[in-house]
Parts: sequence; C-alpha cells; structure tokens
Amino acid sequence: MNIYGWGLPVAASTYAQKIDFGIWLIHAAMIAIFVLWGIFFTYLLVKYRKRDGVPAVRDDHDETPAKISVPDSFSKFPFAQILYKHQGELKSLAPDLIVMLFEVGLIVFYAVPVWSRIKMQMPDKKDAVEIRVEAEQFGWNVRYPGPDGKFGRTKPELVHFSNPIGLDRTDPASADDVVVGNELRLPLGKPALIELTSKDVIHDFFVPEFRIKQDIVPGMEIPLWIQPTRVGHYELACAQLCGFGHSLMRGDVYVQSPADFSAWLKSRAAAAPAAPKPVKPSEDF
Amino acid sequence: MSGDSNGHGAHEPSFWRKYVFSVDHKVIGLQYMMTAMSFLMVGFALMLLMRWQLAWPGAPIPFFGRLFPPDLAPNGVMSGEFYNSLGAMHGTIMVFLGVVPLAVGAYGNYLLPLQIGAPDMAFPRLNMASYWLFLGGGLLMLSSFMMPGGAAQSGWTSYPPLSIINPGQTVWLFSMVLIITSSLLGSINFLVTAMNMRAPGMSLWRLPVFCWAQMVTSVLLLLAFPPLEAAAFLQVMDRVFHTSFYMPKGLVVLGHVSTVSGGGQPLLWEHLFWFLAHPEVYVLVLPPMGIVAEIIANNTRKPLHGYKTIVVSMISIGVMSFLVWAHHMFISGMSPALSNFFLVTTMIISVPSVAILTCLIFSLKGGSIRFTTPMLYALAFLPLFGIGGLTGLPLGLTVTDIYLHDTYYVIGHFHFVVVTGSILALLGGTYHWFPKWFGRKMNDTLGKVHFWGSVVCMIGVFGPMFPMGLAGASRRLYDPTAQVHNLIVQPLNVVSTVFAYGLFLFQLPFIWNFFHSMFRGEKTEENPWHATTLEWACPSPPPHGNFDKTPRVHRGPYEYSAPGRKTDYWMQTDPA
Repeated sequence: MNIYGWGLPVAASTYAQKIDFGIWLIHAAMIAIFVLWGIFFTYLLVKYRKRDGVPAVRDDHDETPAKISVPDSFSKFPFAQILYKHQGELKSLAPDLIVMLFEVGLIVFYAVPVWSRIKMQMPDKKDAVEIRVEAEQFGWNVRYPGPDGKFGRTKPELVHFSNPIGLDRTDPASADDVVVGNELRLPLGKPALIELTSKDVIHDFFVPEFRIKQDIVPGMEIPLWIQPTRVGHYELACAQLCGFGHSLMRGDVYVQSPADFSAWLKSRAAAAPAAPKPVKPSEDF
Repeated sequence: MSGDSNGHGAHEPSFWRKYVFSVDHKVIGLQYMMTAMSFLMVGFALMLLMRWQLAWPGAPIPFFGRLFPPDLAPNGVMSGEFYNSLGAMHGTIMVFLGVVPLAVGAYGNYLLPLQIGAPDMAFPRLNMASYWLFLGGGLLMLSSFMMPGGAAQSGWTSYPPLSIINPGQTVWLFSMVLIITSSLLGSINFLVTAMNMRAPGMSLWRLPVFCWAQMVTSVLLLLAFPPLEAAAFLQVMDRVFHTSFYMPKGLVVLGHVSTVSGGGQPLLWEHLFWFLAHPEVYVLVLPPMGIVAEIIANNTRKPLHGYKTIVVSMISIGVMSFLVWAHHMFISGMSPALSNFFLVTTMIISVPSVAILTCLIFSLKGGSIRFTTPMLYALAFLPLFGIGGLTGLPLGLTVTDIYLHDTYYVIGHFHFVVVTGSILALLGGTYHWFPKWFGRKMNDTLGKVHFWGSVVCMIGVFGPMFPMGLAGASRRLYDPTAQVHNLIVQPLNVVSTVFAYGLFLFQLPFIWNFFHSMFRGEKTEENPWHATTLEWACPSPPPHGNFDKTPRVHRGPYEYSAPGRKTDYWMQTDPA
C-alpha cells in the first residue's frame, strides 16, 4: 500500500484519524456552503442582469423599521416586537447564524476535546518510551536513555561533530545513552513521549503520517506524544524555516514491532558510546 | 480649514512643487499608486524566479540566471540562501510595499478627502512626509539585495534566533522602521481628516462604506504598528549590540557556542509580530471590501443591502482583530491551553466577515446589474474571496491546524484572500476611478482581456496549493523534492508555475492600457458611471482644492433608483 497519494497520506497514529475526520468534515461543509452560495450567486446574476425597461427594485430603505406595524399579538413582548421590526435584516443574517452554529458545534464537540487529548494530556512516563529529539541546522539528533532508563547530562561546550548533542560521558547516566542521527525508531502500539529541544534556531517536528507538527523553540523543552498504529517507514521533516539547508533537514521514522524495536535498541546500547553520524559541516559560519 | 491656510489655488506652483514634492492629496495618492504598483511588479518578479526553482529544482534559470552574481546563483542555479532571500522579500514587498500602500496610501489618499467633501487632508505636509518616508523605506529594502550577505532571508515573519544569525536582517529592520513610521503618519492624518473635515451634512451614517473601511484601517494601523516598531528595535539591538531580548542561553550554532548572555525568548517576537500582522491582514482586506461595496452599489443601481450591518461588521472586525493574533501560533510552543481562547476569538471574527459577504451578495438582489469592467472585478471578488475565507476555517481550528500549519494549504488560503480578494478589488478600483483621476476612460476590451486572463491564471496558480497542502507539502522549501512525501504532488508545482508566468503575461495589457489611456483614452465627463458619492461631484481630474465651493450633503451615499425621480441616481450633493 502506498503511504503517499493524492489527498492525505496514510494515517499511522492513534490521533491521526481524529484529525482526518475534522479535515474531511470541514471540507465537506466548505464545499456545501460554496456550492449553495455559487448557485444563489449565479441565479442573482442571471435574474437581475440589466434589461431595457426593467428598473432596479429597492428592497430596504423603503420602509424603515420604525414604520413597520407590529401585529397586536406581540404587544406584550417588547423583545419580539424588535425582532419582528428588524426581520429584514435578520433574514440576511440567517446564513451567518448557520455558519456560527456549525462553528460552535465544532469548537465544543471536536476542537477543544481533541486538542487537549493531543497537546495537553501526555502519557504516563511509566508506560511510554521516553525519547529526546534535539534539532539543529540541519539535522535531527534522537536520544534514547538506554537500559538504565535515565538521560545523562549534556553541556553546550562539549558539542563537537563527533558529539552533536554535547553528551557528558563522565556522567554515569549518559554512558549507555543511545544517540542516532536523522533516524527515529518507535515501537508499534506503545506511546512514545518525546521531548523536543533545539540547539540553534526554531525548527519544527513534522511527521505527516502521524499528523503531528510541533515547533521546537531553543531555550524551551516541549513535550509531544505519538502512539503509532502501523508498522512502516515514514518521514520526519522540518516544517519551520531554519536556514539555507531547511529543505534538506529530514530524517527517517521507522515503526517496528516491539520485539524488533528492543532488539535494535539493545544492539545500539551495546555499541555505546555511540558514534553518531557526523553532521554535515558548513563553512558559512 | 487647512485648505485656505495652505493657499489652495492662490498661485500656480512650480513643476517640482506640483508633481514631485506636492502636498496635494491627489498627487500624493497617485505617487503612492505608481510606487506601490511598481513594488507589486517587483514582488511578483521575485516570485517568478522562485516559481522556476520550485517547479524544476536545480535547473538553471533561463535567460536571467547568468545575470546574478555567482554566490547567489552559481551557474545560473538558484542557491538556498538566494531562494530564502527571495521568499522573505516577496512577502515583505507584497504586504508592506505593495498592497497596503496601494489600498491605503493610494486609494485612501485620493478618495477619502473627495468622498467626505474636503479640500485636502488635514495635514498636507504630514501626508507628503508619509509618502517620502515610504519611498525611502522601500528603496532601502530593495537596496539590501546589493549589500554584503544579500537581503534578509528569514521569511517575512523574521523569527529569531534565525533572523539574528542570518545576514541581511539589519537593513530589513531599518527599512521596516521607516515604512512603519510612514504608516503611522498616514493613519493619524486619515483619522483626523475623516473626523474633522467632513462637508456640512456629511454625518457619519452618510459616509460611503469605503470611508468607513479607511477609518477602521487607520485605527488598526495606528494601534498595531507601534508594537512591531518597538519589537524591530529590540531585534536591531540583538543583532548590533548583542543583547538577548530574543536569544536564549546555551545556543550552539553550527558547532559554535553562542556568547550572548541569554535569557531571552523567541516566542516574544512571535507574539509582538503577530500582534501587528494579524490586524495587518484586515488592513489588506477592509479597503478592498470598501471598493467592492462602492462598485456593487453603483452597478446594481440600488442601495447596498444592509449598509449599517456592513459598517458595524467592519468595526467589530477591527476590534476583534486585536484578539486573534495567536491563531498563527497554535503549534509554536506557547501554552496549548491558551490556544483554546484564540480558537474561540477566531471563530467569532469569522461572523462579521460572513455578514459583510452576505450583505454584498444580497445587494445584487433586485438590481439592474451592469456588467462593466470594474463590476466584473467586484463580482469575481465575492466567490474567490469566499474561497479564501472558507479555507481559513481548517486553519483557524486548532486540531486541523496541527496538520495543515505551514503547508501549502496556508499559502493557498492567504493568496486567495489577498490576491483574488484584495488585488482583484484594487484592480477593479483602478478601472472604476480612472476617469476621475485622469478625465479619460480605460479601454474596455483590454480591461476584459486583463480580467479573464488574470482570474483564470490566479486560480491556476493558487488552486493546486490546496491538494499540495493536504498531501503535507511544507512551505518555504528551497527544494521540495528533497522530502519524499512531496514527490507525488510535485507536478502541481509545475502547474502553478506555468500559470504564474501566464499571470505575468496578462498584466501586460493592463500596463499598456493604463499608460495609453492616461494620454489617449476616451475623454469622459465628471460622472461617467452615474454615481452618487461626492467624488463624482467635482471635475475630472479634480483641481487643486477639489471643489469650487464647499459641497453640502443632503442624503446617504447610495440613493440609486429612488422612487419618483427621473434619473436612477440621486447624488449626495443634489439639493432636491
């Protein structure tokens, strides 16, 4: 099965289908609104085109609301009188009302709950694979805590092409940390809790198949979670302009069965201290 | 008021005072128009270069490629830095030097005093200062291409720390300061003029919709630009004096540890920038809506449907536009809880926008629609701007924005708003008011060729961007084929590019028509469209000082087809 095609890419995370539902629902509504308006608009243009001897007819202005007489049955309800007198204007606000009700429904029943689920309710650390992703011009450094489950210390002054995140190997916790370049591996069906940091400028963590996108701001640690639902090879792309090499800033995402994933992680942890892929150096700075 | 104290009509000014350093709002308006249209062409040309790279990444640019210095385009192939410069400058030039000066500086300057029956702006010299600051800022912005390191290359949004690290940004910031100052001088002048210099009888509820749009726009410019001016100065400080307003601690840029003290926050810039830039969107949209309202009322030969609804909606858009800025920042890393607030305000602001469009469409009902060239533009505005508005819906909704943010979907959305919306309306306005400016009409056949060609090409350029965005293609990619998920929709980039070149070709008849008609066009009388508003009650072109004697206003702006009258229009100045 092709993962990319015309329309949305394949959905590969637990929340991807919720986001797709919103996208298709809104597009259906948009197309319906546009087609209905289009028909009405065309009808008006044809019906009221200039013809000899047919003058324009003024709709409003002829009777101001003050002059409209209200039926007696409304005499006890001042608010109903106001509505009755302004019914001409209210009619033209009817499309607005429908659009507004649709939007309120979207906010209350869709946007707020799904948004909080995706961006505000992080999975428990105990149940999740913890990963740190540090972005830089123009690559991704992905770090797993290794068998001890702890991330070791990093220092900016230790950053080197052979040590892209400045891992302090004197810290025992960092000895077994696994650092890989431009490659993110996730086990199927288990939530991954990813902490995003940046070394230099604002980047953006975007995996189209997971429908997730999050800016990575230097100086901030931004959490994000993904629960993959489909084994496969996807793409991690930077989605925020980060310099001349922005379009080259991509990585590979592999979703593997839990067994394959732990086998891979073990093989990398055994090889620690890892020699991460060197980052492409640049002479421009 | 100032009309007499400036000695309007007292003596014949010299050539320089009359056409170059003029204080006459009409001359300044036309200066703004010529300058802004030239900048639009420059911004468009930059995009044509970028479109080549997007359609055929890595292919040498034909003909022009060899003209660029080798560090920008080695062997005629555009470099990543050059691409980013073109992108940043395209956005900046189109917004700040093209559409806003055209909508406000040109149309507002020329028409606002005429439509309210004033002899000139309240502060004519301030008006002149505003134009010259704008021209200075614009030329400085263009000159940055020739400076060491090239022009700014951090996007028109200039997010730090990238904008602080990248070359070219300081010149960008200084020219922005000049442009902002020019805008502030202009907007205060517009407000004072509209409030104090209305002709006798011209109550606020008798102002044409266009004047209301200009007033709301001026308030937006006046309140939204100062934060960006301050923010720009802070960014200058970060760049030149190595302060840390936007720079956090411990940055490592391409292997070099940053030496600034840190403690700054990049999100601060994003907030300050969007606090301006969202109201700015309505600055781009409201004056064109005013133009469309004028043209529709005139060509349906009946009063606008819901004049007061339109005006009240414009005012509420103005107020609300200060409360929606962070919907550009849903995934920026700011608190996700805050996003819910901006989600709600964003949905609220769509209500008055829908109300305005509804009123404009209902205005057609019962009319006797003349399909004149300006009317074609105004009519095309309605559905095409509608597409721009509708596609804003999935972007304003937090959940769907997670996926669509920063994709081509966004580009398609705001280009439908600004190009097939604002620019189409501004072009229609040119055909509508050309007789007033020069006393001659533009050629109708060429106008229709320009219209149909432009509309088809605009849809061809921006339409393909929606499926591209849905497929996940990100914006601002120098080489879209470097990312696998873009490959399948890459042919759409070619479609877009071909239509962009077509769009360029269809502007040629307009340019020729404009200059040819200026001198050779068919002569017209002072009110060729049989319109009702005040600018049609003075000679074409209006003399210095505009009206022979101060006009007196007797009725609302759109008294078309009033019952019991011989003509189907009843000018605001007619005594009975």
